[in-house]
Amino acid sequence: MQENVSHEGKKNPSGSINSAMIVEAIKDAFKKLNPSIMWRNPVMFVVEIVAVLSTYFVLRDLLTHAKTLGFNTQIAIWLWITVIFANFSEAIAEGRGKAQASALRKTRSETLAKKLDGEKIVNVPAPDLRKDDVVLVEAGDVIPGDGEVIEGIASVDESAVTGESAPVIRESGGDRSSVTGGTKVLSDWIKVKITANPGETFLDRMIHLVEGAKRQKTPNEIALTILLLGLTIIFLLAVATLEPYAIYSGTIVAVPVLAALLVCLIPTTIGGLLSAIGIAGMDRLLKRNVLAMSGRAVEAAGDVNVLLLDKTGTITLGNRMATEFIPAPGVPAEKLADAAQISSLADETPEGRSIVILAKEKYNLRERDINNLGATFIPFSAQTRMSGVNLEGREIRKGATDAIEKYVREQGGIMHPDVITAVEDIAKKGGTPLVVAEGAQALGVIHLKDVVKGGIRERFAQLRKMGIKTVMITGDNPLTAAAIAAEAGVDDFLAEATPEAKLKLIRDYQNKGHLVAMTGDGTNDAPALAQADVGVAMNSGTQAAKEAGNMVDLDSNPTKLIEVVEIGKQLLMTRGSLTTFSIANDVAKYFAIIPALFFATYPQLKILNIMHLATPQSAILSAVIFNALIIVALVPLALRGVKYEPLGANIILRKNLLFYGLGGLIVPFIGIKIIDLIISALGWA
Amino acid sequence: MSTMDIVQILLYVVILTFLAVPLGRYMARVFSGEKTWTDPLFRPLERLIYRLTGTDEQTETGWKQYAGALLIFNFCGFIVLFFLQLLQKYLPLNPQGFGAVSPDLAFNTAASFVTNTNWQAYAGESTMSYLVQMAGLTVQNFVSAATGIVVVVALTRGLARKSASTIGNFWVDLTRSILWVLLPLSIIGALVLTQQGVIQNFSTYLHLTTLDGGKQTLAMGPVASQEAIKMFGTNGGGFFNANSTHPFENPTPITNFLEMLFILLIPAALPFTFGRMVGNPKQGRVIFVTMLILFLIFVGAAYSSEIYGNPNVTALGISGPSAMEGKEVRFGIANSALFATITTAASCGAVNAMHDSLTPLGGMIPMLQMMLGEVVFGGVGAGLYGMLIFVILTVFIVGLMVGRTPEYLGKKIESWEIKMATIAILVPAVTILIGSALASVTKAGTSSILNSGPHGLSEILYAFTSAGANNGSAFAGLNANTPFYNIALGIAILLGRFGIILPVLAIAGGMVKKKAVPEGPGTFQTTGILFGALLAGIVIIVSALTFFPALALGPIVEHLIMIGK
Repeated sequence: MQENVSHEGKKNPSGSINSAMIVEAIKDAFKKLNPSIMWRNPVMFVVEIVAVLSTYFVLRDLLTHAKTLGFNTQIAIWLWITVIFANFSEAIAEGRGKAQASALRKTRSETLAKKLDGEKIVNVPAPDLRKDDVVLVEAGDVIPGDGEVIEGIASVDESAVTGESAPVIRESGGDRSSVTGGTKVLSDWIKVKITANPGETFLDRMIHLVEGAKRQKTPNEIALTILLLGLTIIFLLAVATLEPYAIYSGTIVAVPVLAALLVCLIPTTIGGLLSAIGIAGMDRLLKRNVLAMSGRAVEAAGDVNVLLLDKTGTITLGNRMATEFIPAPGVPAEKLADAAQISSLADETPEGRSIVILAKEKYNLRERDINNLGATFIPFSAQTRMSGVNLEGREIRKGATDAIEKYVREQGGIMHPDVITAVEDIAKKGGTPLVVAEGAQALGVIHLKDVVKGGIRERFAQLRKMGIKTVMITGDNPLTAAAIAAEAGVDDFLAEATPEAKLKLIRDYQNKGHLVAMTGDGTNDAPALAQADVGVAMNSGTQAAKEAGNMVDLDSNPTKLIEVVEIGKQLLMTRGSLTTFSIANDVAKYFAIIPALFFATYPQLKILNIMHLATPQSAILSAVIFNALIIVALVPLALRGVKYEPLGANIILRKNLLFYGLGGLIVPFIGIKIIDLIISALGWA
Repeated sequence: MSTMDIVQILLYVVILTFLAVPLGRYMARVFSGEKTWTDPLFRPLERLIYRLTGTDEQTETGWKQYAGALLIFNFCGFIVLFFLQLLQKYLPLNPQGFGAVSPDLAFNTAASFVTNTNWQAYAGESTMSYLVQMAGLTVQNFVSAATGIVVVVALTRGLARKSASTIGNFWVDLTRSILWVLLPLSIIGALVLTQQGVIQNFSTYLHLTTLDGGKQTLAMGPVASQEAIKMFGTNGGGFFNANSTHPFENPTPITNFLEMLFILLIPAALPFTFGRMVGNPKQGRVIFVTMLILFLIFVGAAYSSEIYGNPNVTALGISGPSAMEGKEVRFGIANSALFATITTAASCGAVNAMHDSLTPLGGMIPMLQMMLGEVVFGGVGAGLYGMLIFVILTVFIVGLMVGRTPEYLGKKIESWEIKMATIAILVPAVTILIGSALASVTKAGTSSILNSGPHGLSEILYAFTSAGANNGSAFAGLNANTPFYNIALGIAILLGRFGIILPVLAIAGGMVKKKAVPEGPGTFQTTGILFGALLAGIVIIVSALTFFPALALGPIVEHLIMIGK
């Protein structure tokens, strides 16, 4: 939970917006005026056409020395500014990704690969490597491409990709066999079979993704674009037919004025910011070191209502810890603690260490040096299923219940029935009992417990409020699983999970209409990762897992799934809030422009001028200026996303509606009035 | 503002609701194929129809075949009606010996009746034979209303069914909506109306001498039978030109009340049908309540404007209500305002007062309701499917704010649905705005106008709005029986009908395939007051704002001029 927060910011050089990025974005904003790029955003494309049209009228006024020149010029300028602001919002959102992409590109430097041709080593440039080539990588070499370790073991520095400086072990076979091109071998050597052609490697894809080069509109974005286009056409009709009505009413409305009205009415605010919102959503994931393979995945994350969480590492700390000593009848607790401690001194497993710590904390037994005691350590073996020490004639053993029972019997003793009861009690509570015996006497039981991470229970409660169900996946037996599930507060669990059971569980949920998210790393997770609506593969995992999922977590931190869902939700919320805001804005703009349009013919309509704008010209100009400025004013919100809180839909709706819906109605009235005051004071119109 | 008026309006609403709930429940059973108490009566007849027509009632189809059947059926109806009018001279039941109807008028009338619009560019009693009125118009009064019902039933199935592919059988739905719903209601309605004095005969017209010695022809005919379905089917095409102001169509305050009740009964019942069919009555209730509240707002506005009247008339020293010109004195202000609001809330278009004579704002309310797409109860079926389009838009726009892909009844709203919904809201804008714009700047358009200035624009706007929204009520004042208006309005009528029905069925086809996400705390709720308010807000903002400029230049400015601002 908390531990991954600290990762943020230290990894990617894309943290905040700097002035160089702004300059770059302004340049891009102009480049994007190119109609062949512009048409991808239909709303703003219409604005561009209208801007061209009003520019024509400015030129005409120039040639004919018309009185309207000053006013028409201002309208044209502000229409162009509207388009450029919208382009700027997209460019600035892309900017962060670009900065990171160029950093990544540097790591993809030209390396020479040691290609194995039989036993011979041939030096070839990395881009010449093809799938199924085998290369040798030794200490100090950069791994030339994505691949699978087929021989050897090495420590690898993957910081170029993950930003994590601690080296990781890569070895042949198993789930730690995949290596990424651009990472560096620090020690030893490995033979790597290349699994991706140049241009298709993980690093290439990552560059593409962060650059947004392959960015496609997501399903919801497409639907929203259609709606916005429809609204644009409707307002185009409303404005275009105004001229005939005006002619009927004995007046003519100047085209630049109609252009101004049109641009004010069509949903330019959301139209201008839509793409920036989408890019910023992926960017927020990237800042948390999660790579989404598509925007679609981010959107799906917002819809997820079932989270499959691996117990180990996500819900529990990963290792069992000793939490209690339960002595046998007649045995002082200190004696049990002492024996447990001595038997664990040489035990370097986390469980062993936790026993030593518990003994120290509870019974104040200081740690002793096992070598000074002259003890012999009996390591754990699969045959005996126990470990222990022999010390000055004492034989202390600890291990599984039946193993110790057998040992005690062989020593001629018998286990007290109370010990058996304690063992059963612990098992029922989901813990692991470890029996300690000295010679023929069973001293008692150590309660080893899976420790649930702090704060996770509250987190799950929040998720439940948001309508997301949490399911714990574990290899434990149902009894243990149930106990931990209850303690952690998950809604459901899958015990003794196999890859097949996991896949079946996902399908079951999906058939009921749920959208499922999960994390995985092993090759056997691949089918489930592919089946899940959101599959987050751990970067430490196998190539197969990474291929199957639609996101990769570079930190390999399964807890992050929760954040991924939150980012998805925040993205959709931002989009919805700004759409609502944009549409609500229209009310005020009508009240600014309609009375101004027909002021000459029907002075009676001034009653609709409820903002008391100074003149018809200043009213129209104020509306256009407001419309342009609101885009740039909302860029930070589009990039940051609306405030996210883990609450139920109804509360979120009420909050956002009050803020963006009502705000959208009121803000333009105030904004337009203020701009009107300023421009009449300046004498612009 | 008299207490009696308010009591009467409230009484109307209470009785309407009281009758709509059970009727809605009954229709849900009819269209779910469940047993109803009327089965013994209609089931044998239904079986006979299927046997004769070779319909397999077990086979259901996808949306495309459903829409195909609907189009073929309506096209045939159109052709029959068109030729009946052209050939009425040679056909029986024509005691007045009316000649052939002109082709452009025949086109307009056929389009108008097939689409449940019942825009009448002619005077019924002086143009159409009894055969055309009965075999042509009255038949269409039934089947066009039935068409509206089957579309909303198909859409409801599309929303209710999960991971399915079919949305019903058009022929079965059509048959059942006529046999189980429209026919029995009309028979009961006609009997009550006849009892109240609405005429029902095949006589030739009566020639009378009035008390002061003048000659008068009194048109006769089978009125009561057409009157009931005219109201129940929200058709609105009167037997007489004067429609429900005519004493033979609407003789007493009781018939006036009943006729108003008949108009909104089925449209008000359908939301309850919807709620039951999607398995959550609350979903239907919220739509009903939203419609009701919008309706009350509009009635209130129209009533206030009429009561406020015309200060210019008051200035002349005339006492009493100042806006009585063009209204039946038998009904008075409240009943006229209520009737006008009801008839345009539904796509009925029957009138008991001349809308041209309403005060500017009083006349704007009917126009506004039609511009909204008649979703305030609306036409039979058409009102609810129009409202469901707005529901989908509301869910899509506002639903995103809760952080999930918008879903309605658990089903995701994606680009297909939005594309179709967008087309459906584009159609009224296209027909009304382009049609009126064309008429307001062409000679053919403006030469039909009675009044100049903003009121003339209102007349044009009203005509295209009434046609595009399939209402059929006339503002009067405008002489619409010209080739230009007959053809332009005929096209607007057809577009306004099928341009919405097809996208609606397409949405049904898209939604029926989807899985439904179970409801949870993360679900955007589509029940409750907040959703109702949002729905009303989206209806107003998306629809009304489109027409705001046009309205500002017509009724709004006229009102401002009238009050001398």
